[in-house]
Amino acid sequence: MSVIYVLLAISISVAVLFFVAFIISVRSGQYDDSYTPSVRMLFEDEIVKDPADPAADDPNKTHPSK
Amino acid sequence: MEGNPCYHCGDPIVNSAVEFDQKAFCCHGCKTVYELFKTSDLSYYYELQGGAGARPGKAAGRYDFLDNLAITEKLVEFDDGNFQVVTLHIPHIHCSSCIWVLENLHRLHPGIRDAQVDFPKKTLRVAFETQSLSLKSLVALLASIGYEPYISLDNLDGPKRPKSRRLLYQMGIAGFAFGNVMFLSFPEYFVGAIAEGKVDFWLDQYSTLFRWLMFSFSLPVLLYAARDYLFAAYRAIRGGILNIDVPITLGILALFIRSTVDIALNSGPGYFDSFTGLVFFLLVGRYFQQKTYEFLSFERDYKSYFPIAATRVDQNGKEENVPVYDVNKGDVLLIRHQELIPADGILRSEKARIDYSFVTGESEPVARMEGELLHAGGRQLEGSLVMEVLRPVSQSYLTQLWGHTAFSTNKSASLRRLTDRIAERFTLSVLTIACLAAGFWVFTDASRAANVFTAVLIIACPCALALAAPFTLGNLLRIFGRKKFYLKNTDTIEQMAHVDSVIFDKTGTMTIPGDSRVNYEGESLSETEESLLKNTLRASNHPLSRKLYSLLKEYDIVPLDTYLEEPGKGIEGGMQKNKIKLGAPDFTGGRQPGPEGPTEVHVSANNAYKGRFVFTNKYRDGLPEVFSSLAKNHLLAVVSGDNDGERPRLEAMLPAGTALHFSQKPEDKLRFIGRLQAEAHKVMMVGDGLNDAGALAQSEVGIALSENVNVFSPACDGILDASKFRYLPDYLRAARKAMGIIRISFVLSLLYNVIGLYFACTGQLQPVVAAILMPLSSVSVVAFTTIATNYMARKLP
Repeated sequence: MSVIYVLLAISISVAVLFFVAFIISVRSGQYDDSYTPSVRMLFEDEIVKDPADPAADDPNKTHPSK
Repeated sequence: MEGNPCYHCGDPIVNSAVEFDQKAFCCHGCKTVYELFKTSDLSYYYELQGGAGARPGKAAGRYDFLDNLAITEKLVEFDDGNFQVVTLHIPHIHCSSCIWVLENLHRLHPGIRDAQVDFPKKTLRVAFETQSLSLKSLVALLASIGYEPYISLDNLDGPKRPKSRRLLYQMGIAGFAFGNVMFLSFPEYFVGAIAEGKVDFWLDQYSTLFRWLMFSFSLPVLLYAARDYLFAAYRAIRGGILNIDVPITLGILALFIRSTVDIALNSGPGYFDSFTGLVFFLLVGRYFQQKTYEFLSFERDYKSYFPIAATRVDQNGKEENVPVYDVNKGDVLLIRHQELIPADGILRSEKARIDYSFVTGESEPVARMEGELLHAGGRQLEGSLVMEVLRPVSQSYLTQLWGHTAFSTNKSASLRRLTDRIAERFTLSVLTIACLAAGFWVFTDASRAANVFTAVLIIACPCALALAAPFTLGNLLRIFGRKKFYLKNTDTIEQMAHVDSVIFDKTGTMTIPGDSRVNYEGESLSETEESLLKNTLRASNHPLSRKLYSLLKEYDIVPLDTYLEEPGKGIEGGMQKNKIKLGAPDFTGGRQPGPEGPTEVHVSANNAYKGRFVFTNKYRDGLPEVFSSLAKNHLLAVVSGDNDGERPRLEAMLPAGTALHFSQKPEDKLRFIGRLQAEAHKVMMVGDGLNDAGALAQSEVGIALSENVNVFSPACDGILDASKFRYLPDYLRAARKAMGIIRISFVLSLLYNVIGLYFACTGQLQPVVAAILMPLSSVSVVAFTTIATNYMARKLP
């Protein structure tokens, strides 16, 4: 059997794999909100642990831009 | 710290700042939220974006209706007894700080398991344990940190149907097939390079396998991805019209059938690459056109404006919260300060002062005495009132308007799109050319006639033509969106280009709501009189008194010797020997104005008539310019629910020929538009309130003007931010220019068709030529429209 059949089988199964992954991602609602995750991924666990530490919430560090 | 904006909400600090923790706050509410965030380790909120907060609402008693099980059952999405999931619409969500703090809500209450924000929709989905937290306390918690959920009668209809994801699936399948077919047909592209007479061994060996593989990739594209085009064309032909879907379907079918026949007879590789590519590009165009503003709703009716519950008082005086739908004739309702009247009824309290501006267009609040009729939709302004229901909410005066057919007709259905008008001529010419070419070949080389016929249909498939409008209009829709002019869909832009009449509502549209100008006419008041006037006004809670008070000069606060308030008439204040009277003309001895005049407050001092304060509406900046700019090629009219007290001012301000209609009920406005349409006018209605809802629905283009796009605006085709009102003529012009861009792209795509037709008619359309020409024409049309619209919109304010 020619090697071309093996190659075809591999290439198509890889393509189908990605296609299935796409369908699953649409089904799970990943395309319903394409904005919020882009913001969410930038958050870390930014919990200001010590409220007494003045450096942690120095008003000059923020930018009340309005 | 003086002069800084509030650390929490970012608003300028008007009065004295509340200082806390070395930061300035505009009010105690903001300070409290800051304190709460700080003690819950959430002060990163202020680091993400400064001044992002909102002043917390006054929550006491406002959410009592959430104790009612019948209501909460409808709101909650999931409930298993000790665990509930609810999705709440929160208009204040506007930045990354909001997302962060709301998704960290569990730090404020241990009962909250999970909270997730959908930013484009401005919703928060919360999962919480019912044992430690009720829905009411959750809503109160959100309100207390400035994120008050918006709950209206609309929520009672259950959760909205999620958006269909079919287009995404179709695009996925078409794109997947396109890539693989392209890849499989690659060897065939080089067939031309092989010398005449020789047979390539490799192609000879495997081409059948490759071709049938391509066929199997293309089959789902025809059956699933392209099905909407096939069905649309079928419907169009049955309806006796030729729209753009007909030539597209002709091309799709010709491509698929010709290719299948080719590979079955082993006479060629077929055009599966062009076929899958065509469908993929068409779907991408459709997806681009589908830009939606999910945080806005263009379908709102009175239900999103009305409250979800009312307070019913039974015979024993016991108060009870009931869903508005359960309010029946004869029930007695308690309407608190600033609450909406949910049903028509009779006033049982002594007096009431009701703001109907949103529902009727009357700019000033009206006074009602005991026994008088109250219409649903008004807002109680002073204290609370008790009323007896005459008609339940669904049959009230205002909501009956929604029964009109204008609300159930689909505007897009009546629109003959430019693309469809061109498509009709296009289809006929393509079919003629195909027949002529095939006829010619029947006599020269009959074996190629069928090939030439299908080749013409294939190459003439108006892919680029079909993409011109979606990309031009879709792009303009996005540009408008960035300028705070939000349109429902691209058809609206096309409708805008045809508009020849623009009708305006007055109250709230041409005038600025809640802002009026006061003129004093009469004898000037002496220093003592004015001081007494100011001190008298201080004691009164009447809205007109409050407005006057804020406009008068500052005087020392002096206690009055006597103060008298006569409901419906006026107020009287006395100090030492001086006496001042303020109010209606018969109370102060002034001249009685006409019944339809502007709002006036008359003044008399020591029983001598002095003069009157005249309250006039304040018009938006640039109003005369908007009208004179539109008057050049539009018919203009003003329809107002208000009385004609402003007629002289409007006549002076607006260009001659502007028709002014006053005292128009909502149905009158609707009929007025209908009459214009009967005279073959294309009408744009610009309004703001529920009273315009009928006219907005009836007109070709209904634009709702909104001071804050997050709050309720009636069903319409577009929402325009009030600050952009003066640019309305520019937006109309841009819509017309966009149609010009589409026409130019048609010419461009026809040029490609001419080149392709040359190949097709001479019988030399190789698959590789089609595979190059088709994407090339589409890409260049898309590039042209994108550049042209952006260039055109560059100067758009």
